[in-house]
Amino acid sequence: MDIHEYQAKEILARFGVPVPRGGLAYSPEQAGYRARELGGNAWVVKAQIHSGGRGAAGGVKLCRDEHEVATFAASLFGKQLVTKQTDANGKGVYRLWVEAASDIAREMYLGFVLDRKTERIMIVASAHGGMEIEDLAETDPDSLRRMTIDPAVGLSEFQARELAFALGLKGGQIAQMVTILKACYRAYRDLDAVMVEINPLVITGAGDLVALDAKMSFDTNALFRRPQVAELRDRSQEDPRESTAGDHGLSYVGLTGDIGCIINGAGLAMATMDMIKLAGGEPANFLDIGGGASPERVVKAFQTVLADRNVGVVLVNIFAGINRCDWVAEGVVTAYRQLGLTLPVVVRLAGTNVEEGRKIIETSGLPLISADTLAEAAAKAVAARPRIAA
Amino acid sequence: MAILITEKTRVIVQGFTGRIGSFHAADMIKHGTNVVGGVTPGRGGESHLDRPLFNTVREAVEATGAEASLVFVPPPFAADAIMEAADAGIKTAVCVTDGIPSQDMMKVKRFLKRYPEERKMRLIGPNCAGIISPGKGFMGIMPPHIYMPGRVGIVGRSGTLGYEAASQMKALGIGVSTSVGIGGDPINGSSFKDILELFEKDPETDAVMMIGEIGGPQEAEAAAYARDHMKKPVVAYIAGLSAPKGRKMGHAGAIISAFGESAQEKVEILEAAGITVAPNPSAMGETMARVLQVRQAA
Repeated sequence: MDIHEYQAKEILARFGVPVPRGGLAYSPEQAGYRARELGGNAWVVKAQIHSGGRGAAGGVKLCRDEHEVATFAASLFGKQLVTKQTDANGKGVYRLWVEAASDIAREMYLGFVLDRKTERIMIVASAHGGMEIEDLAETDPDSLRRMTIDPAVGLSEFQARELAFALGLKGGQIAQMVTILKACYRAYRDLDAVMVEINPLVITGAGDLVALDAKMSFDTNALFRRPQVAELRDRSQEDPRESTAGDHGLSYVGLTGDIGCIINGAGLAMATMDMIKLAGGEPANFLDIGGGASPERVVKAFQTVLADRNVGVVLVNIFAGINRCDWVAEGVVTAYRQLGLTLPVVVRLAGTNVEEGRKIIETSGLPLISADTLAEAAAKAVAARPRIAA
Repeated sequence: MAILITEKTRVIVQGFTGRIGSFHAADMIKHGTNVVGGVTPGRGGESHLDRPLFNTVREAVEATGAEASLVFVPPPFAADAIMEAADAGIKTAVCVTDGIPSQDMMKVKRFLKRYPEERKMRLIGPNCAGIISPGKGFMGIMPPHIYMPGRVGIVGRSGTLGYEAASQMKALGIGVSTSVGIGGDPINGSSFKDILELFEKDPETDAVMMIGEIGGPQEAEAAAYARDHMKKPVVAYIAGLSAPKGRKMGHAGAIISAFGESAQEKVEILEAAGITVAPNPSAMGETMARVLQVRQAA
């Protein structure tokens, strides 16, 4: 689960990371007021959306007077900001962060991630910051420093010092960096984060370290014990289809094709999408109905898939272990009738109670297209696509 | 002999009396698995499915000589249950639970390392379908009737895709020695490599079907192992060719976040290591059949 920059800064500041002074605004007037409240003669106004690349997309601006702050804010509110990390629809801007401009002498990169190879928290840092880590890894791989943390011991002072020196820091900056590293590590560990990123971490003209931008992402499996994190969720930043599907116990990811997929198991779902592509089609979505799916959940799956207007065919592929083919078949028949479907539906059933399931499909009297194997199901779904009028 | 489980393996179930644990344990017993008891704290001394219940895993091990434990404990308590099994001297634990926090698993992995080699517990999962040696026994949630006993090992992250492979092979008359689901989480107990090592040593396994997916470094590690240390042929399939970068595809671990983690890159790494990769998920069975024929002819 992602949170906004200002929320990440508030959290990290609580753990001891120095951040610039700033305030949140929900309207252009509030943005102007925040600038006056902060004082000074330069402010940075930043769109709060769950995406990187905001600067290049026009979501961040250095403003020299209150009027400029309010005008820029007015141009951003309610806008869908499209960055290179979002899809073509972008993400809606409903909150702005107004911050006292910092005097920047140097920019660095600092990130904490879960390293799957060592199965530990890993620090990634670079003496050069400001750009995305992917670009940094490509253009300047030698500048990246990596360090893993033993979960039984935590981050040691000597490790933090080594990293500080490796980044070319001097004098009092060393102690500041050690404080920042330990604070980020504690925030990551204590709040069940999966990612903490400060990019850029800057050295100001006065020689002090400040986190100019911050990003945090959290382990959704741990939210049950982190209510203070769970409440930071912002549904306006999520694909509404994905969040609604999640509320019904369905794992859904929207894609751009026209073949709607209803499948059990993440692996089989990915494999079915691959098969559709090989057969010359494009999947409209990833959807895993999970284990022990009731007929009602199957109906919900149909509703979710059909909310995507591009869908012209639905492919149901179930290999039941913990699921039951008869329940799924009942769900398919009910969905077809209840939702008044007219588009072609291809159904492939295998595994637990397959005979009962197939019988329900065959005796339903509905024009459902049956398939026995994965390959046949994909081929039939691609063939059943409505012809697009030229 | 198969690997990890045979008809002789003494199995206990942690979370035996829960709705899901109970349902699958009954199925395991029905199919000949040697289930010797269960653990539900507070219900020690009672019995369930005609098996004794214990308060702790330690008591269960002392009373029944259990070697293996199937963990059906909800996510907030699952890590603790796994560590309890390890401390009580269980040899193999299979954890089906989906949704364990990744820092809990970090802690579990660190905890398992503290024991000397001879009493170290092997963990399969979490978030997996379990393990089955067809005709002998199983620990997990798979439908046992789709597996035919035979001499090919299966190891995969995904449960349902493992079923797909087993049924494609069965349709071609190819049976399974043991099928192992290692689970879809970013941090799991056993990797592809760990299971390949067991299959390579198993006299009843002739070849291995390995089913990977996008995300993580474990397929590449397995490819290097197969190239350098295996005599038995490995056939692989990688799911997620059509998966977009940066989007989580159902499994917590199925997300392309680094170089070498996309399906295409993994296929290239596997092929470079001499592994035969099935071109699509419908061709897992026939690719294995072809590899076995070539081997027989040689």
